[in-house]
Amino acid sequence: MIFSDQFNTSVVVNLTYILASMLFIFGLKLLSSPETAKRGNLVSSSGMLLAVLVTLLDQSIIDFTWIIVGVCIGASIGYFAAIKIKITAMPEMVALFNGFGGIASLLVGSAEYLNGVNQNPALLIAIYLTVLIGGVTFSGSLIAWGKLSETIRGNPFLYKGQQIVNSLLLGLLLFAGLEMIYMQGMFTENQFQILGFICLLAFLLGVLFVVPIGGADMPVVIALLNSFSGLAACAAGFVILNNVLIVAGALVGASGLILTNIMCKAMNRSLANVLFSGFGAVKDTGVERNEVQGEVRPINIADTYLILEAATSVLIVPGYGMAVAQAQHSVRELGELLEANGAEVKYAIHPVAGRMPGHMNVLLAEANVSYDVLVEPEDVNPIMDTIDVCIVIGANDVVNPDAKENERSPIYGMPIIEVDKAKTAFVLKRSMATGFAGIKNPLFFKSNTRMLFGDAKESVSSLVAEFKG
Amino acid sequence: METQIILLLFVLVLSIFLGFELISKVPSLLHTPLMSGANAISGITLVGALLASGSGFSSQPLTVLLGTAAVAFATINVVGGYLVTNRMLGMFKKKKTE
Repeated sequence: MIFSDQFNTSVVVNLTYILASMLFIFGLKLLSSPETAKRGNLVSSSGMLLAVLVTLLDQSIIDFTWIIVGVCIGASIGYFAAIKIKITAMPEMVALFNGFGGIASLLVGSAEYLNGVNQNPALLIAIYLTVLIGGVTFSGSLIAWGKLSETIRGNPFLYKGQQIVNSLLLGLLLFAGLEMIYMQGMFTENQFQILGFICLLAFLLGVLFVVPIGGADMPVVIALLNSFSGLAACAAGFVILNNVLIVAGALVGASGLILTNIMCKAMNRSLANVLFSGFGAVKDTGVERNEVQGEVRPINIADTYLILEAATSVLIVPGYGMAVAQAQHSVRELGELLEANGAEVKYAIHPVAGRMPGHMNVLLAEANVSYDVLVEPEDVNPIMDTIDVCIVIGANDVVNPDAKENERSPIYGMPIIEVDKAKTAFVLKRSMATGFAGIKNPLFFKSNTRMLFGDAKESVSSLVAEFKG
Repeated sequence: METQIILLLFVLVLSIFLGFELISKVPSLLHTPLMSGANAISGITLVGALLASGSGFSSQPLTVLLGTAAVAFATINVVGGYLVTNRMLGMFKKKKTE
């Protein structure tokens, strides 16, 4: 009787896990359109609820006290974080949550290791990978969080002998892994020491992995850490031999990898280049030549207003500078006034604009900009010559024509938004300083470009005031 | 044990391919909600955490403590991740055509 009860519970649990996996898959499928995305999120979350509830039926759970403690702490922190967080702080929040996923998997792996029943090498490999990936995700995400929230310096940090330190670290990790899996006692037989050593090395690796990466490469790092948090859950699935962890973890892992790939492509760089070269920190001497390419033509608010008033099609190109200046609400107001004035207004968003994938879209959505006027570079570039005015707000490298025209430029080959092809381009900028990549932007010197110097938010607000008369 | 692991590897490989198919259809417009939603899904490790946390304090105090910490972190991920995704997706609106 007891046997058959156990059997039935385990069948129910596993069937429910299949259902939960289906709900995750269906939820992600619904994310492919903004109309169904919200429903997709609900579907996915009900899959999670189901998976968690049915796990509580498992016979190996004999005491619920600590579960209740953990869930209450986690749920209240999660709830308040999600409700209180400003949308502008979203990149930091996503980074931090990635880290929490990583550390949770690390702890699950550690708990399984220390209870000592797992002597099977395959399971020990899974435990090792869980702890390693989880640890790297955790410390890497904390550094990314620090950089994004500007708690620590966002600049790429490069040092001599970086490759040697990294190789040494990887060697030590390999050694510690063999020690854990084969239990030869070369170093120690104490499980705590082995586990502690691996955790320490994994944390160190995570830090060293993110520290050299600069602010503008953050979209790649966040996407990659997102992928790692899924892979850590996946590895944990092998530790406890649980299919739903593997399915869900693999979906997240794949999602993060695709985003990473999209971000790299949008910068025309390889992942290795993003991770190891600290772009912008290394000065490329090949580009010294583009010192002066012409004259900069500044413009004032009144003249800008006159040209905008006459425009029938306007393209707004936001970049990280718009997020820094918190100008999105003023930009939306300007867009509405232009539309009321009879112009067609669209927003062209480069995939790597901002600090995480989709950053600009979320900011503009928060400012109530309708999502159907948010377009991608490949939609707008072919019709660029029909556009009267481009307003570039806080974007620089993603509109740099050198990416198309100058083979010696470090960003040559990167897809850009070709605002230089529009009839007029206004560039809102604080000063003539170079962008993140540290390269001069010939756009500023083109004959159809006008520079509107000053704080982006103030400039846009003044334009709004002019329109309101 | 070996058969089970092989079977799970099979599940892993298929899921990765499925993930690639699904995610490549998500427009760049929704990449941020995709990431925070995926983040919430990676909180599935909560299932493993629950098993460790509920294994009985008197017999396995260390497993329970580590498990409980894992439950807390994973729950932050799940609850926070889904709620913030929901909040973000609520902001994506299409203007009514006049």
